[in-house]
Amino acid sequence: MQGLPTIFLIVTFNFFLLHLAPGDPASVMAGEAGAATPEYMAQLRAQFGLDQPLLVQYLRYVWNVATLDFGYSFRYQESNLSLIMGRMAATLLLAGSSILISVGLGTLLGLIAAMRRNRIEAALILLVTVLAYASPIFWLGLMFIVVFAIQLGWVPTSGMVTAGGPGAGLGHWLDVAHHLVLPAVTLSLFYMALYTRLMRASVLENLRMNYVTTARAKGVAPRRLVLRHVLRNAVLPIVTMAGVQVGGALGGSVVVEAVFGWPGLGQLAFEALFARDLNLLLGILTLSSVVVVLANLLVDLVHSIIDPRVALS
Amino acid sequence: MPPALRRFLRQPAAVAGAVLLLAVIGLAAGADILFPEDPFEMVGRPYLPPMTDGFLLGTDTLGRDLAAGIVHGARVSLLIGTLAALVVTAIGLIVGGIAGYVGGRVDTALMRFTELFQTIPSFLFAIVLVAIMEPSLEALLIAIVTVSWAPLARLVRAEVAGLRSRDYVQSAIATGMGDIEVLVRQILPNALPAILVAASVMVATAILFEGGLSFLGLGDPNVMSWGLMIGAGRAAIRTAWWMCGIPGIAILLTVLSINLVGDGLNEALNPRAGGRS
Repeated sequence: MQGLPTIFLIVTFNFFLLHLAPGDPASVMAGEAGAATPEYMAQLRAQFGLDQPLLVQYLRYVWNVATLDFGYSFRYQESNLSLIMGRMAATLLLAGSSILISVGLGTLLGLIAAMRRNRIEAALILLVTVLAYASPIFWLGLMFIVVFAIQLGWVPTSGMVTAGGPGAGLGHWLDVAHHLVLPAVTLSLFYMALYTRLMRASVLENLRMNYVTTARAKGVAPRRLVLRHVLRNAVLPIVTMAGVQVGGALGGSVVVEAVFGWPGLGQLAFEALFARDLNLLLGILTLSSVVVVLANLLVDLVHSIIDPRVALS
Repeated sequence: MPPALRRFLRQPAAVAGAVLLLAVIGLAAGADILFPEDPFEMVGRPYLPPMTDGFLLGTDTLGRDLAAGIVHGARVSLLIGTLAALVVTAIGLIVGGIAGYVGGRVDTALMRFTELFQTIPSFLFAIVLVAIMEPSLEALLIAIVTVSWAPLARLVRAEVAGLRSRDYVQSAIATGMGDIEVLVRQILPNALPAILVAASVMVATAILFEGGLSFLGLGDPNVMSWGLMIGAGRAAIRTAWWMCGIPGIAILLTVLSINLVGDGLNEALNPRAGGRS
C-alpha cells in the first residue's frame, strides 16, 4: 500500500504542472488553440471547475483522476482513458520484452565475464557493455534499421503489423514478434550493459564468500555450485535494478517508438505533445507512473520469493 | 604528483578517455576558428558523401556542412552536459545534505519527495516539461535537471548520513562546531570522491538526454546540435546513412570518453572500493 501516497503525490504534482503552463488552463487542456468549440471549452471549465478557487479545482482534479476520468480528447473524439489504454498494451509489450531481454542477456553475460575472467570472452563482453552504455538509443535504433532492415532485409523497418497481413491467430503474433525484435533489442541494450556489470561484480563478490568455500570443501561440483548457490545470491541486485528499469523502459520507449513507428503510449505522447494536448499528456504520465509503482510492488514480491530474508513491507 | 592523479594515469582506458574528452573540448572551443560560418548555412551540393568536394564529413539534405555541424554541436552537448551536472550536484548537495545531516522527519519527507521524481518515467516527464515551456536551451536544461537530480540527492544523503555517525564528526560536534561548518568542513570533503564520480556520470547522462530530446525536435531549433542533426538526417536514412551515423558517433565517443574518465576517477579516488578486479 506504499504506492498509493506516491500516486497521490504525482497527481498533485501534475495539477501544479497544468497551472504552470502559460495561458488559460481550459485552452491548455483543450490543446490546439482554436480547434476546440466554445461549447467544449465551457464543458471543460465546468468539469474541472476552472472558474472556481484553486483548492476546489485541485479537489476536482484529484477526484477526476481517482474515478479514472482523464478527460476527453477533442482531436481523437475519444476519452483520454480509452486512448491511453488502447496504446498501453503495445508499450507494455515493447517495454516488457526489452526488460526480459536485458535481464536474461545481462545475467548470462555477467556470469560469463566473471567465470572466464582473464580470457578473450570477458574482454569482448566488456567492450560490448562499454559501447552499449555510451550509445544514444535512438541512434542505435536508426543504425539497426540501416543494417538489419534496409541492408539485410531481415526485419521490417517500422510498425507493429504488416498491412493486410494475418489479423489474428498464430500468424498475427508471429508477425508482431517479427516487428518487435529490433525495437525490443534496441531498448534493452543500455540496461543489458548495466546488468552485465552488476552481475559480474556480484558473482565475483559472492565467489569470495564463506558459503562458497564451505560448499567447495563439501565437494559440491563447480557447475552446481555456480548454478545453485552463486547465481541465486548474485542475481539479487539485478532484481532490484529491474524495478528501476521499468520507469526507464517506459520513458525510453518514447524515443524507440518514434524511431520504429511502434504504435504505443510514446507515440501517443508525442502526438499529444505536438497538438499541445496537455491533459492527455498528463494522463499518460500519471498512468505510466502507476505502472512503475505496480512494477515495484511486483519486484518486492519477486525479491521476497528469491530471498526469504526480505520481508514484504 | 598527488597519489590520486598517479592512480588515474596508471589506467590506460582512463587516460584514453581523458585524451578523447580533451579533443572534444578542443573542437568545441575552436569551433568559430575551424568553421567560422554559420553551421545552418547551405555551403555545398546536398547529399555529398564524406570526403568529397572538400567536405570531410559530407553534406546533409540541405547542403549544410556536416563537419561544421559536428564541431558547433560539440559546444551544445558539452554546455548542456556540464551545466546540468553542476546544477544537479548543487541540488543534490542541498537536498541530500540536509536529509542526511538532519535526519528524522525532515529526512523522511525529503526522501519521499525524491522518490516521487524517481517513480515518474523520466523521459516522459522531460517531454511534458519541455511541452510546458518554449523550446530553448534553458528549457532543455530545466527539463534535464528536474528529471535527474533525485538519484544524486539519494547518494549524497547516504554518504552524509553514513559519515555523520562517525566518531570524528561526533567529536567535532561535541567541541561546539556549528552545523554548517561540520557539514562543509568535516563531512563533505570525505563524501566528495563518490559525489564527483556521480557528477561525471551525470554529464554523460545529460548529453544522452539532450540528444534524445533534440532528435525528437524538442530542442532549440536555432542551435545546431548532434540530436538535431540526427533528426534532420533521418528522412534520408535509406540513401545517406552517414547524415545520421556521423553525429551519433560523435555522441557515442563523447559519452564514452566521459564514462571512461568517470571509471578512472572512481578507481583513483576510491582505491579500496574500485580495486576488486
